[in-house]
Amino acid sequence: MSSRELILGRVRRALADVQPDDTPYEQAVPRGYLREHGDLSVEETVELLAENLADYRAIVHRTDTAGLAGTIAGLLAAHGSSTVLVPPGLPQEWLAATETARVADRVESTPDELDQVDSVITACALAIAETGTIVLDGSPDQGRRRITLVPDHHICVVRVPDQVVSSVPQALERLDPTRPLTWISGPSATSDIELDRVEGVHGPRTLEVVLVAPSVD
Amino acid sequence: MRVALFLTCVNDTLYPDTGRAVVKLLTRLGVDVDFPMGQTCCGQAHYNTGYRHEAEPLARQFSDVFREYEAIVTPSGSCGAMVRELYPRMGERARAEGRGDTLARTLAPVVPKTYELTEFLVDVLGVTDVGAYYPHTVTYHPTCHGLRGLGLGERPRRLLQAVKGLELRELPGADECCGFGGTFAVKNSDVSAAMGADKVRNAESTGADVLCAADNSCLMHIGGTMTRLRTGMRPVHIAEILASTEEEPLG
Amino acid sequence: MSGTFVGMPAFPKAAHEAVHNTTLRGNLRHATHTIRGKRAKAVMEMSDWAELRDAGKRIKDHTLRHLDRYLVQLEESVTAAGGTVHWAADADEANRIVTYLVKATGESEVVKVKSMATQEIGLNEALEAEDIHAYETDLAELIVQLGKDRPSHILVPAIHRNRGEIRDIFAREMSEWGRPAPEGLTDSPAELAEAARLHLREKFLRAKVGVSGANFMVADTGTLVVVESEGNGRMCLTLPETLISVVGIEKIVPTWQDLEVFLQTLPRSSTAERMNPYTSTWTGTTDSETADGPSTFHLVLIDNGRTDTLADEVGRQALRCIRCSACLNVCPVYERAGGHAYGSVYPGPIGAILSPQLRGTASEIDASLPYASSLCGACYEVCPVAIDIPEVLVHLRERVAQGGPATEKGNKVVLKPAKGHAAERAAMRAARWALSHPGALRTGQRLASRTRRLHPRTLPGPGKAWSASRDLPAVPAEPFRDWWQRTNGGRTNGGKQEGTK
Repeated sequence: MSSRELILGRVRRALADVQPDDTPYEQAVPRGYLREHGDLSVEETVELLAENLADYRAIVHRTDTAGLAGTIAGLLAAHGSSTVLVPPGLPQEWLAATETARVADRVESTPDELDQVDSVITACALAIAETGTIVLDGSPDQGRRRITLVPDHHICVVRVPDQVVSSVPQALERLDPTRPLTWISGPSATSDIELDRVEGVHGPRTLEVVLVAPSVD
Repeated sequence: MRVALFLTCVNDTLYPDTGRAVVKLLTRLGVDVDFPMGQTCCGQAHYNTGYRHEAEPLARQFSDVFREYEAIVTPSGSCGAMVRELYPRMGERARAEGRGDTLARTLAPVVPKTYELTEFLVDVLGVTDVGAYYPHTVTYHPTCHGLRGLGLGERPRRLLQAVKGLELRELPGADECCGFGGTFAVKNSDVSAAMGADKVRNAESTGADVLCAADNSCLMHIGGTMTRLRTGMRPVHIAEILASTEEEPLG
Repeated sequence: MSGTFVGMPAFPKAAHEAVHNTTLRGNLRHATHTIRGKRAKAVMEMSDWAELRDAGKRIKDHTLRHLDRYLVQLEESVTAAGGTVHWAADADEANRIVTYLVKATGESEVVKVKSMATQEIGLNEALEAEDIHAYETDLAELIVQLGKDRPSHILVPAIHRNRGEIRDIFAREMSEWGRPAPEGLTDSPAELAEAARLHLREKFLRAKVGVSGANFMVADTGTLVVVESEGNGRMCLTLPETLISVVGIEKIVPTWQDLEVFLQTLPRSSTAERMNPYTSTWTGTTDSETADGPSTFHLVLIDNGRTDTLADEVGRQALRCIRCSACLNVCPVYERAGGHAYGSVYPGPIGAILSPQLRGTASEIDASLPYASSLCGACYEVCPVAIDIPEVLVHLRERVAQGGPATEKGNKVVLKPAKGHAAERAAMRAARWALSHPGALRTGQRLASRTRRLHPRTLPGPGKAWSASRDLPAVPAEPFRDWWQRTNGGRTNGGKQEGTK
């Protein structure tokens, strides 16, 4: 007998007390919890996102579409970055104001090569206000997972308010599980020394989130 | 209202003062108290040590002795929790073992009418000021089975706050276990003693004269630790504080 | 489980040393008290915590009640997404499978994400025996591995170490394993984290094989989820060419939607954060054009005692556990005894009910674990999937003391009572007899009262366990029932309250 059959057989014998008419999944779980916490306006939700991102030491910037390229150029300059990783589908105009050398997200790049790059800039799939989380799903404007991991400085652009959801349940509804997802809440951190949080371990130690609103013109 | 006092075997044997205090207090509040002589033990020690089958006859006996009363009052959070929480579970387990509904049916009548003393005072009699007088500084330790098993919440503290002359001091780390835990106190005596010592140190830090709780088993452990550590604090059951009056002061 | 725990003494003996180790006591007290307040605050933010807890419990219960169906569905989903599923009945089989898979890549080292399952099966030791080096990359696991130590906490395996001790371990050991610790390393947590970053980076960048566990596996999509903080998980899950995930069969949830419960309750319960810094989800492998992450993915599903646990109607709730470690952090026994005393990779209250079920109650340590609790109930109160740990502890005490039906490796057995409980059993039976006869109880009480002047405040022999640290209460002049009868319930003369102490 294969171990598969062995284990499944053990499971079935272990569950001999479970009746065939046991409550089906749809009725077994009462979902009395909230879809979102509080009744915030769109502006307040974006505000909450900014607060919670900052609470976990992400650096938050606010701008509008017209100001985005300038903001990004300023961030790269301030960080002293001479190279920046760019996913293939990143809107060209975002980088219109910077001279920083672009490095493409390529299959062939080795981790060591990625480690030489100063910064990475991406869009995101969505952001969650209640938890201060940005989610990347590997779309062309976000690139492969490793490009937002190895460089030490990540700039992530969130289009507000369209990409902002209030809560974790709302986020899961909008995300595609077949895509590899990375949920990011602040820069890398650890609680492993005396159960107290310290920022800055293996992931990017600086996370800058740019909340970009549509320009009013 | 015909109320039975379920004193518990520990109180009956070692802490008769607590029993007399409950009688005095309830009588003062107009309750007709009876002490059925057939009572012994709820079976908690057996059950929690892994001897459920030895606890069953004791539970049946409890039901036989107390089932005819309108209410059953006990000055012990853990024995109260035994009846209210664990008697139904014993019935369920017997059923799951193919022994039918007999045990569950036997125990069912006593479950809803068993009250820990402070619950009975606040919820059934509807009083928080019981007319007590106790001119001492007191800190209150909520015992685990009262706190988390029965959900006594603020009841004991509300009763204490209404006592004339009593100054209530907050106990740091109040909801942490004192380390008694029945046979835990001897099976894991090192950890139990360490927990007890920490509880006593927290109690001392309040500067109170008296540590009050609603369970003498825990007080036996805490009190035994207090005298060993020569703290000068005294353990006192809440019933004795609530029974104390200006005319007849206790403790 | 891990060979490092074989032959552990019973809990009380191991705890005896820990209780008197003041450094350890201080470290544990500091860490657990720090996190307790924070957890409470993170949970208070959620007005629907009770509903989330209930939903989490029910999702897990439902999944466990239909585990065969969900396992098959998971296998189909993972396979359809390009992964390969392996089944391991026990630790040895799981280790053989992983060793084989690593050897097939031609590599001799792997990087590891913190995983309770691989600790449980002793994977590192098994790989080492085949000349494959496994590098732990979680900071706390690294501290344990470099210190040749044993884990003592589910979330923070090095919780028993303070910053000064960690500094010393890094300064002394890092050079043996790779990049040495920076010169003049201090004990500031930020510097220690930086030292770990530098030390591990070369290993991440060259790694070809990653080994992980998973927090959740979604049956309907075949998605695996790893919840972490440092980014070492992301490194191991995305940079290597081959990923091998070793996961207990109870880690399934039926649907993607179910994650909305656990991704809210897990971070707040474990690190007291609204959300942990990084969560990775992946579904099989990506196509060669996307080429995001490992091109080869193996999922090793392990039983290793889980189906035996599942067979116990009371004990099976332990399989709901999502390894948050909130129960450890609030446990007064854990705080004083430390994690090592539990003799298992699963310490604390959850370990006390999980280890004796996964491993059975035959060994001295496993038979002692159900008693390693005062039954205070703090663990149950904080558990985000409402495992009634005291209920299971008492149930397992019964198994140890009385024996009875159990399941071992899939076979129904009837256990004999454990050794060393005969005297206790006799005493319990005698007490039950006396307590069933009020007259007998009364005789005993009177005897005690009459001889009370002779009673010592401390006890010799087995009674020393009590009186080594506590005085005995004085026996009163008469038991309550005698007073009641003598005074007609205090209604006659003698009923006047009188001091008896």
